[in-house]
Amino acid sequence: MSAFLSIRNLSVALKGGPRLLRAVSLDVAVGEVRGLVGESGAGKSMIGKAVLGILPHSVEVVAGEIWLDGVDLLRLKPAERRRKVGATAALIPQDPLTALNPSRRIGRQITDRLVDILGWTRADAESRALELLGEVHIPDPARVMHSYPHELSGGMRQRVLIASAFAAEPRLIVADEPTTALDVTVQKQILRLIAQMQARHGTALLFVTHDLGVVSKVCSSLSVLYGGLVLEQTGVRDFFRAPQHPYSRALLAATPQYTDPMAGLNPVPESVIAAVTEEVAQADRGWRHG
Amino acid sequence: MADLYTVTDLHLSLPDMVHKPLLGSAPRIDILHGLNFTIASGEVLGIVGGSGSGKSTLGRVLVRLLEPTRGQVLFDGQDITHLDEAALRPLRRRFQMIFQDPMSSLNPRRTVAAIIAAPLKLQGFDDTSRRVDRALDHVGLPRAFRGRYPHELSGGQRQRVGIARAIAMEPEFILADEIVSGLDVSSQAQVLKLLDDLVRELGLTLAFISHDLSVIRRLCSQVMVLHQGRIVEHRPTQALFDAPQAAYTRELLDSIPLPDPDQPWAMLET
Repeated sequence: MSAFLSIRNLSVALKGGPRLLRAVSLDVAVGEVRGLVGESGAGKSMIGKAVLGILPHSVEVVAGEIWLDGVDLLRLKPAERRRKVGATAALIPQDPLTALNPSRRIGRQITDRLVDILGWTRADAESRALELLGEVHIPDPARVMHSYPHELSGGMRQRVLIASAFAAEPRLIVADEPTTALDVTVQKQILRLIAQMQARHGTALLFVTHDLGVVSKVCSSLSVLYGGLVLEQTGVRDFFRAPQHPYSRALLAATPQYTDPMAGLNPVPESVIAAVTEEVAQADRGWRHG
Repeated sequence: MADLYTVTDLHLSLPDMVHKPLLGSAPRIDILHGLNFTIASGEVLGIVGGSGSGKSTLGRVLVRLLEPTRGQVLFDGQDITHLDEAALRPLRRRFQMIFQDPMSSLNPRRTVAAIIAAPLKLQGFDDTSRRVDRALDHVGLPRAFRGRYPHELSGGQRQRVGIARAIAMEPEFILADEIVSGLDVSSQAQVLKLLDDLVRELGLTLAFISHDLSVIRRLCSQVMVLHQGRIVEHRPTQALFDAPQAAYTRELLDSIPLPDPDQPWAMLET
């Protein structure tokens, strides 16, 4: 198994409280795009945050291993871990307006990481940033380097963040709902751009989303989550042809399709919710804090 | 069927505060450029468009939160284009609005019952308590929720409270502005099914603003597509989806990712 990222039995819990991730195991190979799917509160963003080491302070990893490029991140000292993650992984966040510093120019925000963490010279970092802004189809990159975030549209800001994520040639990218704040036509452009960049750079991608339509376009495999528990993991084609778990089937039935007026928009039945809640409770049996 | 709304040559411009000089008045930006349409009584009209198309601005004109610059808006035969607040007050009960973000449109320091009752009291209804109960029944929330606060509810439940507040007034018209875009698919499906049932049960006329054509297809009988403040297409839902006329409508449709890996979507082309 040539997994670049391998998560083994990862449990994350509120400090002194219940678990939010329940023994999650999943792999992402080089060049693979894995979708993490589920409703709000399913723990899909939490997985990405655990990998990048940016969990909120109220939350801690209580068990498991996160192997990135042959190293278990959870055994590294904090400084070593930051260096390892900084050099190999990057994040495309959900909301480009809060992810960019409003009072600093775009160019600096892209180059800082290259200079401060990876030790590039300022000149090298700037020419790399310029090249990347061109690669994400930003017109007039030299002008954008000197712009402030508020001078750009939502789609342009998201392009800047994509350029920034790919800047240091990371081998893993976590994309956390990167298009939910955008309207459909811009969403299509951004998804297409992420797919192009991913294919060109051969990056492993962990793609967090609640939209199964988006998954079917971007991902090669997916993991369905509920209550911090992985319910099903499979290839994208197999999933859309024949989802195995009753909850996956219900989620697919809730997804609207404009081609068929009667398709989709069926709420997940209470019986399915009850069954999957029981599955989560089952997983917690025999588990205790610490 | 009679027309509930008749809109003629609607123009609206707003001051552009970004380019306001230090002294003197701000230049104006034109948002809506001469819209003409009617909304029949009992119709469910979907209003779609990208960000900045003017769909929310149009909605706010219909419930007269904004005053048109030019043109005319008739509600049930009455000219409401330039009515002042006092004259609008008795009409406010008849057109209600449900907001996009229930977290910022429900007062966090008030209970569900108080939130639903507040506009009823303003309009001088006396049996508010009974009306609150009935509204909760309609939206499928247990009456025990009367004493809860918004932060104790899930996103879908909060949106139901917003709907309950609107229907408690027994309005003829409801404007719903992107009310499901913050919800995940399962709660989205629940809220849409609820709206669909309410329109039938209560004989409502509904304008449903959304950027998502799949949602519109399921719910609406007519669709209006807005682009840069102009109506590019306005037709019955079935006809619009069978053969979209405007290039912009086709672009919107082509952009929707269907949950089907075999849909051609040209992901890797430049």
